[in-house]
Amino acid sequence: MRDFFSPGRNSFWLVLPALLLLLVALGYPLAQVVLRSFTDPEPGVGNYVWFFSRPVNLAVFQRTFVVAGWVTVLCVVLAYPYAWLMTSVGPNMRVLLVLCVLVPFWVSGVVRTLAWVILLQDSGVINRMIMAMGFEKIRLIRTQTGVIIGMTQVLLPFMVMPLYAVMRGIDLRLVQAARSLGARPMLAFLQIYLPLSLPGVFGGAIIVFILGLGFYITPALLGGPRATMLSTLAQQQVLQQLNWGQGGAMGVILLVATLVLLAFAGRFARRRYQMGAGGK
Amino acid sequence: MAETRHRGAAVDIRAVTKTYGSFTALDDVSLRVEPGQFMTFLGPSGSGKTTTLNVIAGFTDLTRGEILIGDRSVGGLPAHKRNVGVVFQHYALFPHMTVTGNLAYPLKLRRVAAAERDRRVAAALDMVRLTDFAHRYPSELSGGQQQRVALARAMVFDPPLLLMDEPLGALDKKLREWLQLEIKRIHRELGTTFVYVTHDQEEALALSDRIAVFNKGRIEQVGSGSDLYDRPQTLFVGRFIGESTVLTGAHETRGQETAIRVGDEWVAAPGLAGEGRQALLVRPEKITLVREDAAADPALNQLSGRVGEAIYLGSGVKYEVTLADGSRGVVRMALTDRPFALGEPVRMRWRKEDARLLPDDGSSLAAQSGEEP
Ligand SMILES: Nc1ncnc2c1ncn2[C@@H]1O[C@H](COP(=O)(O)OP(=O)(O)O)[C@@H](O)[C@H]1O
Ligand SMILES: [Mg+2]
Repeated sequence: MRDFFSPGRNSFWLVLPALLLLLVALGYPLAQVVLRSFTDPEPGVGNYVWFFSRPVNLAVFQRTFVVAGWVTVLCVVLAYPYAWLMTSVGPNMRVLLVLCVLVPFWVSGVVRTLAWVILLQDSGVINRMIMAMGFEKIRLIRTQTGVIIGMTQVLLPFMVMPLYAVMRGIDLRLVQAARSLGARPMLAFLQIYLPLSLPGVFGGAIIVFILGLGFYITPALLGGPRATMLSTLAQQQVLQQLNWGQGGAMGVILLVATLVLLAFAGRFARRRYQMGAGGK
Repeated sequence: MAETRHRGAAVDIRAVTKTYGSFTALDDVSLRVEPGQFMTFLGPSGSGKTTTLNVIAGFTDLTRGEILIGDRSVGGLPAHKRNVGVVFQHYALFPHMTVTGNLAYPLKLRRVAAAERDRRVAAALDMVRLTDFAHRYPSELSGGQQQRVALARAMVFDPPLLLMDEPLGALDKKLREWLQLEIKRIHRELGTTFVYVTHDQEEALALSDRIAVFNKGRIEQVGSGSDLYDRPQTLFVGRFIGESTVLTGAHETRGQETAIRVGDEWVAAPGLAGEGRQALLVRPEKITLVREDAAADPALNQLSGRVGEAIYLGSGVKYEVTLADGSRGVVRMALTDRPFALGEPVRMRWRKEDARLLPDDGSSLAAQSGEEP
């Protein structure tokens, strides 16, 4: 019995179906995109030279990273106290808090983004409130700020959940121990709790940042031409101008940038936090 | 750490009550721990030992009452200002710091200069004999080693009071016995006041100058190990410390003695019964077993029963005797040429003054295991 149910050396075939699906549905088109970026319209690195020689492209490239960075920072700031609260309340309250994170998650991103359009537009709820308080109305829709606000809300669960998972494993007696050794509450937090929660911050940040880099719907609907991001640009190249070569090159550049970043982040996280969290 | 030798601080717990909602975890507890004393809180799980430790350490607010450490009331003092060392059952070592990092932490908080810090960390490591492990992370140490690091960390900043909450609870028996000796040695060398929590009465007897027995949020009795063993004030204490034969039944007063009926035999002990049901408590080494044909002795109490169990102890043998009313007698004797056989009819005998007459407080072994409210 045990031999059958415990994953052994010969259980590799269990992952084959998933692997096959990935290969067909992801690997093949990806290979095509890479191939076309080097062959369409003619063989060579022309598409890449084009990308890096056009200031507009570089501006979009840079903006993509800036927006993803801001979204990541905002997600950390918003999710950290929220996840902490989740670990410190009773079981019923915790279920409620988890639902608050997850329910929006079950609503399609398009619907949520449209909701933000309603909230952020010039005559939207937010601006009406601002004007009611006697201030000038601010442009939120079709700006980078609007994109960042919308994306932060959509990506927040990806930050909350890994943070909560790590925080739940932190032994709070460690904080008590620090207090008994002479640490003020703030110091005990900064020197004991925070370092132990960092693996969750990193895990969440990497997910949010990478999802943010490739985000498409929210920037497209909330952003407009002055806040275009790389994925929107690539989509325009391919679907509107049928320019598979240049669009593909953009995709590849985004992919490579993401992989490089992942490699660095992975290395940093491993070196610094090999001890892991917990302490139970 | 010869130059850091000092007398520890006294702890005065004055009428402390702690409630959680409608539940009373500590009910008017008063206790004084003398400077340098090794005081143990002993009691079943849920009896309020940890809560008491937590109010001393400042982790928990008390509902009523006052606590003094040294001569100072610590009511308004937060945990980090109490200067009390705490050792937790699950070590609570910082997993992201090495052994040295853990030990240096309280010294850094106190802004001790680096050279002095290194010296004190080294001395503390030497005290717990872990010098070779200074650069390991806690996850690279065994349970016993981790607990010694925790002990070193709690005393490296020279607190006048050290609190330990079942520090050896997670370790196996041999290691526990060895660490008990280590803790005893460290207490002797430091002169610090130790307050130690355990639910293991053998551990309490092995370590302590004085023991406070907790039951349901109250202290039943405070005394030395032999006080508690030889002169328990309550049946609960008598049962919790060591083994005993407990006899309950109808009682009547006969002169200066009280007699209790077990089956259709009567046994007596000096003293007059108070209110309610009474119990007699006899320690196993005070009882001798004799065969049925032995001559009667009117100076001794005597009860008939059958041998239910014989347990070889190395130094002697322990018999469990099933008595007429179904209760269980426990007898410890030296090995004899003719050991008693299982099921053999026997008589238990003891001197009247070796039994203790106590009010029956309804305590039972099940209640003492913490499984019964
Ligand atoms: N934070 C709390 N909230 C409610 N009840 C508690 C809390 N802490 C402890 N208790 C209760 O107080 C009683 C005493 O607990 P404790 O002091 O931990 O016992 P011990 O250490 O002797 O096993 C237990 O019944 C426990 O359930
Ligand atoms: Mg406890």
